[in-house]
Amino acid sequence: MKAAVIVFPGSNCDRDLTVALEMVGFEVSKIWHKDPELEKGIDLVAIPGGFSFGDYLRVGAIAANSPICESIISHGERGGYIVGVCNGFQILTETGLLPGALLRNSGLKYICKTVALKVETTDSVFTQKYSLSNVIKIPIAHHDGNYNASVNDIEKMKDQDLIAFRYCDNPNGSIEDIAGVLSSNRRVLGMMPHPERAFEKAHGNSDGMTFFKGLVEAFATT
Amino acid sequence: MKARIKIMLKNGVLDPQGEAIKHALNNVGFESVTGVRQGKVIELDIEESDKSQVRSQIENMCKKMLANSVIENFEIELL
Repeated sequence: MKAAVIVFPGSNCDRDLTVALEMVGFEVSKIWHKDPELEKGIDLVAIPGGFSFGDYLRVGAIAANSPICESIISHGERGGYIVGVCNGFQILTETGLLPGALLRNSGLKYICKTVALKVETTDSVFTQKYSLSNVIKIPIAHHDGNYNASVNDIEKMKDQDLIAFRYCDNPNGSIEDIAGVLSSNRRVLGMMPHPERAFEKAHGNSDGMTFFKGLVEAFATT
Repeated sequence: MKARIKIMLKNGVLDPQGEAIKHALNNVGFESVTGVRQGKVIELDIEESDKSQVRSQIENMCKKMLANSVIENFEIELL
């Protein structure tokens, strides 16, 4: 099982994500954003949180045009698995792999705290080990987590069960309390909360471990 | 040639920064202000003199990177 963690200038959760993926058994390579393509045989592309390119222009916009992103988009279009956390989610919406966009939090403040999330679907490798409507606690840390999408996109997400997580108490103004969404083929997930910050006892909360365990189980059996 | 691009959030997309500016203006006595939208302006220097070429190049830039069509509109002005 091979995972690639993409590193942009300003990424700051790349190591956390690498440690979490390695702990459940992935062989992880960190890939610099200027690399021309992903190495062969990558099962999972993970785009970490941070402030790529200082959040200049729009969050994720410059990163989404980095050289490696063409290869990530092809990986996604081939049906490859991709997860983007926080800034990674913002980058995925900017590449078009996920619908919608993330705007400034409605309260204008940067929010860093643990929030309660409701698991809205278990039909994905990312959420399969949770139970439907499980409430889990995962930290958020963002200034631009206010998810927005067109009415049509939201309807489609509801019809096709593509909303992965909702906030129990909406912290940032996201439409429909959305904290994480899946692509139509259910293989690309973007989420603002950080499961890699809650996956071992030392974190004081291991609700994120279930997320990584689900991933490893999916790839171990394929 | 110089060009200026104005990028604004689409109508209906909540602009929390605009709302905060509106409240601040109201609080310092400008009570007649009932709405504020904040956008951004980008100025470009381009080595190209054909206006229609410049315009189509900038449209591509906006679609690819400078604006996000999900939430933003853009207007191009050649200077």
